[in-house]
Amino acid sequence: MNHNCGCQPPMNPTEEEEEEGNSGQLSEFRARSNVKQRTAGTFSYQHFRLNQYICITSEMTTADYDQASLPDLLPLYYRRLFPFSQYHRWLNYGGVTKNYFQNREFSFTLKDDIYVRYQSFSTQNELEKEMQKMNPYKIDIGAVYSHRPNQHNTVKSGSFQALEKELVFDIDMTDYDDVRSCCSGADICPKCWTLMTIAIRILDRALRDDFGFRHCLWVYSGRRGVHCWVCDEAARKLSVVARSAVAEYLSLVKGGDETVRKVVLSDPIHPFITESLTVVERYFSQYALLGQDILGSKEAVDKVLALLPEDVRKKLLQYFQTEKNPEMRWDTLRSMAQDKRTTAKKGHYFEMEIMLQYCYPRLDVNVSKGVNHLLKSPFSVHPKTGRISVPIDLRELDRFDPFEVPTISLICEELDQPKTEEEQEDTMENENKKEAGERRKMRDYKRTSLAKYVKLFDNFLEGMAHSRKGEVLKNSDLQKDF
Amino acid sequence: MNYLGLIINIFVSVAKTGNDRNAFTSFSCAEIRTLCGNWRESRQIDRSKASSLGKLSEARYRTMQFYSRRKKLIGNSQTEQLYGHCLQFYGQPPIENISLSEFETFAVDRLKLLKTVENLGVSYVKTSELYTKKLDAEFSNLNFPYKIEASTKDDRKPQTGPSEYEKRRKDHISHFILRLAYCQTEDLRRWFIQQEIDLFRYRFNHLPSKNIREFLQYNNLHYHTISIDKKKNLMDKLVTSSFAVSGSTVDCQDFYKVPFQDALDLVRTRKVYLNGGYVYIPHQDIVTIVLNDFRTRLSKALALTARSLPAVQSDERLQPLLNHLSHAYVGQDYSIQKSIGKISLEQIDPLSAKSYPLCMRQLHRGLRDSHHLRHGGRMQYGLFLKGIGLTLDQALQFWRSEFVKGKVDADKFDKAYAYSIRHMFGKEGKRTDYTPYSCMKVILSNPPSQGDQHGCPFRHSDPELLKQKLQSYKVSPSGISQILELVKGMHYQLACQKYFELTHSIEDSGFSLNHPNQYFMESQKLLGGPGAGVKVEVKREDNPATKPPNPSPHQTPGPGNLPQEVAAEITEDLDSFFQDA
Repeated sequence: MNHNCGCQPPMNPTEEEEEEGNSGQLSEFRARSNVKQRTAGTFSYQHFRLNQYICITSEMTTADYDQASLPDLLPLYYRRLFPFSQYHRWLNYGGVTKNYFQNREFSFTLKDDIYVRYQSFSTQNELEKEMQKMNPYKIDIGAVYSHRPNQHNTVKSGSFQALEKELVFDIDMTDYDDVRSCCSGADICPKCWTLMTIAIRILDRALRDDFGFRHCLWVYSGRRGVHCWVCDEAARKLSVVARSAVAEYLSLVKGGDETVRKVVLSDPIHPFITESLTVVERYFSQYALLGQDILGSKEAVDKVLALLPEDVRKKLLQYFQTEKNPEMRWDTLRSMAQDKRTTAKKGHYFEMEIMLQYCYPRLDVNVSKGVNHLLKSPFSVHPKTGRISVPIDLRELDRFDPFEVPTISLICEELDQPKTEEEQEDTMENENKKEAGERRKMRDYKRTSLAKYVKLFDNFLEGMAHSRKGEVLKNSDLQKDF
Repeated sequence: MNYLGLIINIFVSVAKTGNDRNAFTSFSCAEIRTLCGNWRESRQIDRSKASSLGKLSEARYRTMQFYSRRKKLIGNSQTEQLYGHCLQFYGQPPIENISLSEFETFAVDRLKLLKTVENLGVSYVKTSELYTKKLDAEFSNLNFPYKIEASTKDDRKPQTGPSEYEKRRKDHISHFILRLAYCQTEDLRRWFIQQEIDLFRYRFNHLPSKNIREFLQYNNLHYHTISIDKKKNLMDKLVTSSFAVSGSTVDCQDFYKVPFQDALDLVRTRKVYLNGGYVYIPHQDIVTIVLNDFRTRLSKALALTARSLPAVQSDERLQPLLNHLSHAYVGQDYSIQKSIGKISLEQIDPLSAKSYPLCMRQLHRGLRDSHHLRHGGRMQYGLFLKGIGLTLDQALQFWRSEFVKGKVDADKFDKAYAYSIRHMFGKEGKRTDYTPYSCMKVILSNPPSQGDQHGCPFRHSDPELLKQKLQSYKVSPSGISQILELVKGMHYQLACQKYFELTHSIEDSGFSLNHPNQYFMESQKLLGGPGAGVKVEVKREDNPATKPPNPSPHQTPGPGNLPQEVAAEITEDLDSFFQDA
């Protein structure tokens, strides 16, 4: 099955599901919704079982994923593929702050949506053992607390507090439903994926240039969105108020179902908005005018016109009777806005407002605000799509295709393919020897399509280690400590 | 911060009273060292003779003036030293002794002031003329340092009211008393800090620039400025990112470069140039940095004060007063249910049309239409339902029956949603019995985003949609235009109240609306429905209009020596001041 044809099969044919309630205070254990088994016939997904791998031919390497196989695949993934050493290296942050890794909350979603919060581990080994034992369907990362999260019941209530966490952003395609015509709900396709590309470009620029953050890790969530983990020390130390201020600085689209005009600009246009508009400009014509055809059908046009001042709307309606080309239509709209700006005293920025309303990133502010809010971990599996939550390479951003992100079935299969029986016996023998095991694991992920993403992650970690080193040098220079 | 630096030394004089008001003497005192928890009862309190305190307030004021111990402190040099500037940073706690009655009046007055700040903040734009005018009036009413007098402090011309010194002293002491009352919980602290900050902002903004410089110097506040070259380089960005700054004004004022964490309000609203993690703040916006300092210090100080609380609470004379001061801010929270179980599920639909405020009607309608509400909506509506008297079982039944009509089956409901409903009723998690959202909370926090139906329709709807909605609810065209006018002026609660009056066909609703559940109860009271009984029992005063809005000290029962009944009376009075305010 080729996933890259013009119109994609939706990644998840089941209902739209709200992803909420990860907010820290809610619960330790929380039963969540039943995973709905995909009914046969909805999609022709290939069924995989571990013992079936051997008979799969090479042309079927774009393995499709079936939810039912997850319990069989997860042990393999955690045993041989999950990049534990990098993962630990990341969350340990060079061991600069005492107990930084040890006081970090992890939470696991197990089979049947059993939700286990406040897990914590003292070493990489412990984390590894526990994950291999529990085989979580989903892993969330929480805050660094004042005490070990797994002992939170033993400390006096009130003294157990979330102290630090990466500044995180969650952008979810469902929030764009009113402005995309190709899909809705949890479905995505290459057409609307451009929205995520724009979102990353805009936010990454602002986080770096405006806020001065250096270490932003962008991750594909595994289904319909992207996450950003800002890992700078200053970002991790931000208070709740500061996080919400940052999130609001970055939010331009405001209002719910009851608001029609969701972006309102006024004089003067802040440099941040100007910068963001330059990004939107690059994609707007291709994405919105041609891809989404926002000035095509009658309904779409009405939606755009509703955002305009009365007089402009009337003139345009008349003009649109004769002009059908969306790009021409847009040019006229835009020149009318410019005319209006030169004649009227107060700024009319409606063409910019439209561009932003249709393309500007929509943040889930609540996720960014809370220090204790949980967010799905990188390299965790999305249980519905089977895709691994992988880092996104910003240098290759325009070419990033969510449908090319490996699924757990694919990488598990890749792992098995070139193996001869001899080799397998060999690894069985070495199972108990830790060093050999480590080396084997290194080799293992390198044989799969996960390799390039782990490499990306490595580079990211290297960058952080580098600036940490610079920081240490600077400090010792300051203290004349040679 | 210095531990001892926070000591408030309050001298409580306990009055012995007789029939002759001139024979008033102060004879008993106790010194409270709030932090050290060191109580010294110098003489036993004579409880039996504490009667007719109210009459004596005047005399007490006179006594205060001749009070010898205090007089020693009012040396001129000390005035300068203590209150050298009309605006204070409240760095040093007061060290003098004050009478219990002064303690009370000061606290009550400041609370009134803060309450006014809060109310005005909701009804008016904080920089508008009306806001300023009303707040000015309140300042002079309550004898707090008034901005005009700031510049004329050296004038010794005869004044009718209290002197500038007295006002500044009152400002100082009352602030510290309320710190005691408002340090107890996270919620109280947040409220207090918010109001004090608004107050401070208002006062700071009205200082002449000369005084601002003095203030900064006086309080040792220094911030990093950028060089002229750098300013020239950044000119464009500075102009487009700061409001009311043009090329010419950039030249003539200093820009401060501070980490963005120190000017969050400006960052949040994008009113400042932000680059590389630093904001560039024009001198005219310096209030933000100063406020940030103020907030940080106040918040730290409150946390420290909270630790000393047990010492204060062990005093039976102060404790009820402080408790009531701190309760005054919230008003009724509509969490205590007398009507619980009086409403059946069948009644909800008719009730939603008759007695629901618009926000809840919208949520109810949304729920019935889509058989689903998102998290924000479930919280806002769920707690409202709890407030009007649904039991937990009813609530579960209500939500389940609606959700299973949609995409959620019963099993999924039990797994995914039932928990949060039990949580609302305090049956899960940390078992807090959550209170229904007030208008303030609905309007100010968690604005609705894509797919959400919660929030305040007057605040979060497009006027055009609001108009259509009102039309569909058969509100008269003239009524609609009145409502839209109020919305335009950002008086969302007044707009809602107007909606109440129009839908209930009354001229004047006679209450001041600040809670969706209040709306419901008032409506039920008018219509004589099942929710009506609640109000009478829960709210203490039903007819606030008959009470004097601004009782002078003469009408306040003095609390010299506080026997229980008197204390109760005082607190009841306090309640009425503030619920009404």
